[in-house]
Amino acid sequence: MLTLLFAIGLLVFSGIAALFAGRSPLISTVIGVSGALVSCVVGLVPAIRVLSLGTVESFRTVWQVPGGSFYVELDALSALFLIPILGVSAICVLYGGQYLQVYKNENKLGWAWLWVNLLIASMVLVVVARNAILFLVAWEIMSLSSYFLVTFQYYRKGVREAGWTYLIATQLGTAFLLVLFILLGESGGSLDFDHFMFTHGSWSGISANVLFVLAIIGFGTKAGFVPFHVWLPEAHPAAPSHVSAIMSGVMIKTGIYGLLRTLTFLGSPPEWWGWLLIGIGMTSGVLGVLYAIAQHDLKRLLAYHSVENIGIITLGIGIGVLGISIQSPQMIALGFAGGLLHVINHAFFKSLLFLGAGSIIHATGTAEVDRLGGLLKRMPWTGVTFLIGAVAISGLPPLNGFISEFLIYVGAFTGAIQKTTPLAPLIGVIASLALIGGLAAACFAKAFGISFLGEARSQHAANPHEVGWIMRSSMLLLAAGCLLIVIFSPRLIGMMSSPIAVITGLPTTSLLMELQPASDWLWTILQVVSIFLGLLGILATIRYLLLRRKQVELNVTWDCGYVQPSSGRMQYTASSFAQPITDLSRLFLGTSKTFIPPQGYFPEASSFHTDTPDWYRRHIYGYLFSGLCWLSSKLRWFQHGRVHLYILYIAVTLLLLLIWNLG
Amino acid sequence: MSIWLLVHPTLAFLAAPLLPGIINRTKAYFAGRDGQPLLQTYFDLAKLFRKGAVYSRTTTWLFRAGPILSLGAALMAVVLMPLGELPTVWSFQGDFILLVYLLAVGRFFTVMAALDTGSSFEGMGASREMQFSMLAEPVLLVGLAALARGTGCLTLSDIAANISWQAWSQYGEGLILIVVALMAVFLVENARIPIDDPNTHLELTMIHEVMVLDHGGPDLAYILYGSALKLWTLSVLLVNIMIPIHTDLLLLNVVVSLLGVLCWAVVVGVIESTMARLALIRIPQFLVGAGALSVLALILIKK
Repeated sequence: MLTLLFAIGLLVFSGIAALFAGRSPLISTVIGVSGALVSCVVGLVPAIRVLSLGTVESFRTVWQVPGGSFYVELDALSALFLIPILGVSAICVLYGGQYLQVYKNENKLGWAWLWVNLLIASMVLVVVARNAILFLVAWEIMSLSSYFLVTFQYYRKGVREAGWTYLIATQLGTAFLLVLFILLGESGGSLDFDHFMFTHGSWSGISANVLFVLAIIGFGTKAGFVPFHVWLPEAHPAAPSHVSAIMSGVMIKTGIYGLLRTLTFLGSPPEWWGWLLIGIGMTSGVLGVLYAIAQHDLKRLLAYHSVENIGIITLGIGIGVLGISIQSPQMIALGFAGGLLHVINHAFFKSLLFLGAGSIIHATGTAEVDRLGGLLKRMPWTGVTFLIGAVAISGLPPLNGFISEFLIYVGAFTGAIQKTTPLAPLIGVIASLALIGGLAAACFAKAFGISFLGEARSQHAANPHEVGWIMRSSMLLLAAGCLLIVIFSPRLIGMMSSPIAVITGLPTTSLLMELQPASDWLWTILQVVSIFLGLLGILATIRYLLLRRKQVELNVTWDCGYVQPSSGRMQYTASSFAQPITDLSRLFLGTSKTFIPPQGYFPEASSFHTDTPDWYRRHIYGYLFSGLCWLSSKLRWFQHGRVHLYILYIAVTLLLLLIWNLG
Repeated sequence: MSIWLLVHPTLAFLAAPLLPGIINRTKAYFAGRDGQPLLQTYFDLAKLFRKGAVYSRTTTWLFRAGPILSLGAALMAVVLMPLGELPTVWSFQGDFILLVYLLAVGRFFTVMAALDTGSSFEGMGASREMQFSMLAEPVLLVGLAALARGTGCLTLSDIAANISWQAWSQYGEGLILIVVALMAVFLVENARIPIDDPNTHLELTMIHEVMVLDHGGPDLAYILYGSALKLWTLSVLLVNIMIPIHTDLLLLNVVVSLLGVLCWAVVVGVIESTMARLALIRIPQFLVGAGALSVLALILIKK
C-alpha cells in the first residue's frame, strides 16, 4: 500500500517539478514523462500483487477535515482498475512526450505535464479512497485536471466551448454523487466506506433504489451512459490526443468503478436493477455506435465509440446483476468477468486508436476522414497498429475485444437456456451485442478503410510522414497489449474471481469454480485461433508459390475507361460509405443534408454535406439550459448594485432567521 | 472416433465447389438452358490457380491479404460446424459465436481489400455488404439462441444431436420460424437472389461480386473457394435442423445429411429461379422481418 502512496506522491511531485522547469520545454517534458513512467511502474507492483493473491492492503490516518479521514485501501476491485489507470496511462504519457513538442512555442508545456500527472494521481486515489470526502476530493481533482487538459489549446474557440460542456457535465454528475454520499453517510453514521456495508435488511427498500439511481446518474455522467454522454464527443476531440487516449481509455472507467463500488454498499439488488443496466447498455451501445458511424471527424467518431463500449461493459454488469437477483452463479461469473475484462480491453484498444488518430493529425494536420486516404503506404507503423486496434474494437477474433464480448454472450446464452430467467433482457443483450458488433465493424471498415486505404483525397494526405520512434513504440506497446491479453486470457479470467467476489460478496473459490469452464473455452478458442493463424501462413505460402513463376503486373484499378480515374476525388468517401446505414437509422440520428445540385449545361460547382449533431445535446440539454437561462434572467432584478438595498436583504434575512429560531 | 473427426471437413473441402454447380444447373434448367457443367467451379478454380495476377498500384499488402483471410476464416468455420452427429475437432460452449465471428473476420477483410483499390464501385459494394451483414448478424445469433433454448445446449454439436423428430413434434412451430429466419441469413451471407445476384457486375445490383472485381488469379480462386465453403457451412447448419436423422448407423446418417445438403442446393436454385431480386431499399426490411421471426421463435420455444 505504501508503495502505491509513494507512486501517488511521486506523480504529484514530478508534475510540480515539471511546472517549475517550464522555462525549457524539453527539461519539463523529461521530468514530467519520467516521473509518470517511474511512478506508474512502481504503482503497478502492489496492484498486480493484490490482484493475483486476492489480498487487501489498507492505510488509515486522521485528516483535519470534518467527516474526512485519509483512509485508503487496495482490494482486488481497485487493483483491477489500477491496471489500465497505471499501465495504459504510462504508455500514453510516453507518446505525449513526443506529441506535445509541436506545441512548445504556443503553449507552456509545464502546465500540461502538471495536469497529466495530477490526473493520473487523482485517478489512482479515486479507486483506492475509502472515505467519501477523500473520494470526492480526488474525483474533483480528476475532473478539474482533465478540464485543464481539454482546454490545452484554449486559444481556439471550439476548444473553450468543449471545455465548458465538459466542466458543466462533470460538475452536474458530481452533484448527484454528493447527494449519494450524504445519504449513505446519513444511514451509515460515518463517511468511511466500511460503515456503508449494510445488509439489505437495514435499508428501507425505497432508499436503496434511490441510491442506485443517484449512482447511475452521477457515475454514468463520467462513464458516458446515453443520455449523459454529451460531453464525450465534445471533450475528446478537443484534447490533445494522448490526453483523449487517457480520458477515453482510462478516466471514464472510474465511472464504472464507482458504480460497482456503490453496488457493494447496497446489498442484494432487486431484479429491475439488472433490467435497467441492460437497458442502459443496449441504448448506449447501439446509439453510441450509430452516432459514431455518422461522424466525419476521426476523434469524434472514436469518442462515440467510447459510449458504445461503455454500453458493452454495462451489458456485462447488467447480466451479472441480473444473475445475482435470480441466483444464477454462471450468469454472475460470466457477466461480471466479461464486463471487467472489457474494461481492460477497451483501455488498450481505445487508447491505441486515439494515439493512432493523434499520429494522423500529427502527420497530415487534419482528422477529417474525408480528406485522408492512402496513408497506409506512407505510415505503415501507424497503419498496422491502427488496424489492430480496429479489429480489436470491432470484437473480431483473434484479438482481445472478441474475448470479453464472447464471455458476455455466453453469459446471456446460459441465461437464455435456463427456465427461470426473464427472457426479454437476454434477447436484448444477444441482439444488441450482435448489432453493435456488425455496426462497429462497419464503422471501422469506414474509419480505417477511408483514411488508410485507396488514394489520398486531399493535399493534406498526399505527403504525410511517419511519426517518430517514441510515438510509434507507444502504439506498438498498446497493440502488443491487445495480443497479450488474448494469449493470457485463460489465466486472466481466473484472476477476475477476486474482483467479482468484492462486488458480489460471494466466496472467491466458488466463483473460481464457475470461471473454470470459461477458462477451458478460452483455451480452446486460443487453439482455434492459433490454428487459424497458422492456416493463414500456409495459404500465404501457397499463394506465393503459385505466383512465383507467373507474370505479376502492376496497373491501375479498373476504371471503366475514364481518363483520370484514380484521382482521389472519385473514390467512395466516409460519408458515402456510411450513407446506407445513416439513412436506415435516420429516426435516431436526425442527420441533416445540405445538397447544392449541379446546375446548367456545364455545371461547375456542386456540393453535398451531411452533419449529424447530437440529438440529446440539442433537444434535451439545449432546451433545458436555455430554460434555466430564462429562469435566471427573471431573477436578475434582484441583483441591481444598490448597496443600501443589499444591506436591507441581509437585515431581513437575519430577522427571519431570528424569528425561525425563536419559533 | 478420431477418424470421424476428419470426415466432415474432408467432405466439405472436396465437395463444397459442387454446390454452386448444382445451383447453377437448377437455374439453367428453369431457364430452359443446358447450363454450365456441374463441375464448372472446379474448372474455374483450376484455371485461376494456374494464372498470374494484375495488381493495382493503389493497393497495399492488405489487398493481397484479404483473400487469404477470407478463405482461412471459411476453412475454420467448416471445421467448427458439425454435420449431423459427426463429432467436430473443437466443441465448447458458445462455439457458434466463434463461428459467426470468424465469418465476420473474413467479411471485414474482404471489405478492406475492396476499399484498398480506391475504386468507387468497390466502395459501393463494401458499404452495402457491411450494411446488410450488420442486420443479418443479430438474426443469426438470436436464431441460434432459439435453437440453444430449444435443445438446452450451447455447443453446435449438442444442438445438432438434440434436434430430433421428437423436437420437431414438441416445438416444431419455433423450428419452422428459425429455419425461415436462418434461410434469410443464408441468402444474404452467400449473396444469393433475392438479395444479391451472383451473376451480374451491374452497379445497380452489385454487392458481393463487385467487391472482388479487381482480384484475379490465385486471389480470385481463394475467394471463389472461400465463398463455396461458406455456402457449404451455412447449408449444413440448415440441413442439421431440417433433416434431424439420428439412426444407429452413423454412416447412413452422414449419407442422408450429405444428400440433404445437395438437395438444399437444388432448393436454393429453385428459389433463385422463381424470385426476382429485391430492390436494395427493401433488403433491410426483409432482414428486420427475419429478425422478428427469430425473436418470435425464441419466445415461442418454452423448453
